[in-house]
Amino acid sequence: MTRWRTVRLAGAHDETAGSRTLVFDAPDWPGHLPGQHVDVRLTAPDGYSARRSYSLASAEGVELTVERIDDGEVSPYLTDELRVGDQVEIHGPIGGWFVWRPATTPVLLVSGGAGIVPMMAMIRARRAAGVRAPFHLVHSLRSPGRLHYASELLSPDPGVRVSLLYTREAPGGHPRPPGRLTAADLDGPGAACFVCGPTGFVEAAADLLVGLGHDPGAIRTERFGPSGS
Amino acid sequence: MTVFSRGFRGKHHRDDRLPPGQYLTQGFPVLSAGPTPRIPLDRWEFAIDTETEQVHRWSWEELTALPSETPTVDIHCVTSWSKLDTRWRGVSLDVLFERVETAADYALVYCYGGYTTNLPLEDLLDGKAWIAYGYDGHELAPQHGGPARLLVPHLYFWKSAKWVRGIRLLHQDHPGLWESAGYHNYGDPWREQRYADD
Ligand SMILES: Cc1cc2nc3c(=O)[nH]c(=O)nc-3n(C[C@H](O)[C@H](O)[C@H](O)COP(=O)(O)OP(=O)(O)OC[C@H]3O[C@@H](n4cnc5c(N)ncnc54)[C@H](O)[C@@H]3O)c2cc1C
Repeated sequence: MTRWRTVRLAGAHDETAGSRTLVFDAPDWPGHLPGQHVDVRLTAPDGYSARRSYSLASAEGVELTVERIDDGEVSPYLTDELRVGDQVEIHGPIGGWFVWRPATTPVLLVSGGAGIVPMMAMIRARRAAGVRAPFHLVHSLRSPGRLHYASELLSPDPGVRVSLLYTREAPGGHPRPPGRLTAADLDGPGAACFVCGPTGFVEAAADLLVGLGHDPGAIRTERFGPSGS
Repeated sequence: MTVFSRGFRGKHHRDDRLPPGQYLTQGFPVLSAGPTPRIPLDRWEFAIDTETEQVHRWSWEELTALPSETPTVDIHCVTSWSKLDTRWRGVSLDVLFERVETAADYALVYCYGGYTTNLPLEDLLDGKAWIAYGYDGHELAPQHGGPARLLVPHLYFWKSAKWVRGIRLLHQDHPGLWESAGYHNYGDPWREQRYADD
């Protein structure tokens, strides 16, 4: 049987208009690698329970960022209902494939929408470990209001380049016209690649990377859900 | 001790055909470790390599000329979605194993793109597994594992390796990609064997 850990919501803030970051108090948390996730379980009074996976956003401790899917079962509860002091059950950390382990190899992170969550964990872990490996985050988002971790991503972090690709609406003066990810937005081979986001985005981005000559074996993907952003 | 979630009711209904912790989806979500490989059919082949290094091979034409079946099965992904009554076309592994002599107990399935997964050989036999190349009346799409994938619906769906290329028979169990990365070695959805410590 899965070992569930009861954790308490210690803090929360809106990350964007449609997403919320949740910080849990998990005293016996064993630590995790950036890119790993937890399963969150909710249980109704009649015993019915639902579980979903959420990536860890933090380098240490349990911090999640949940995007609200309006007709969803679990995400609206986490974004709208859960209050500081409430308990939920989590299992994890899980996953040993879509993870970054400190190394000197350059890293290319390609994310769409909430796919930025494990990328943020990797960027934070890089900083915490004091590793010099160059990181390039290429993040696709609908509009400026959809930027997660905005102040952190917009402050300089030596060795970390952040490219924002707006698909519908770009801020005034942004050099790139709004549009979907293309090969021109990505770097050529030579980096370890992580791709995360909605299924359609991940398929398209991974195909572009292969087309640019990246070794398919150096591209790790994680798909969050069925539809496009 | 169960922790109840204040105000949580749940939207999905319980269903006897759903293993514990699973919910029903009408879509067909995708889970893969890397990019989708594209394999030209004239270069495609499927092989079974035995523990005595006998190799049995089938080209695309040979595979699709074999008698096929059209199983309708329920599939269960470890990320919690299940899909009922999915309709496939493929060749039963019993047909492919007809001429294979083996005393091995384990199978390591390997794929175009480098993915691997392991399971006991007996889980592939006796009408429990297929090499599937059709889905819902059409060719199997690349993102769902086309041209051909393994279909072992009684285990979590990561065992149903996409872009299957062959099966290596072994005396000793050898963990595949997810099985080495924290997922359960066997993966029975009815016993909720999701992760290594389940
Ligand atoms: C390994 C992994 C890590 C994940 N990490 C995160 C994370 O860090 N943050 C996060 O917000 N989500 C993450 N997800 C997605 C998350 O697990 C849920 O799928 C999501 O929150 C929707 O659950 P729900 O119960 O609200 O919706 P459901 O009740 O499951 O679905 C309701 C409807 O929304 C559709 N839907 C489900 N998921 C999505 C989606 N992602 N995008 C668009 N439509 C969808 C369904 O097809 C359905 O029609 C992750 C998923 C995986 C597999």
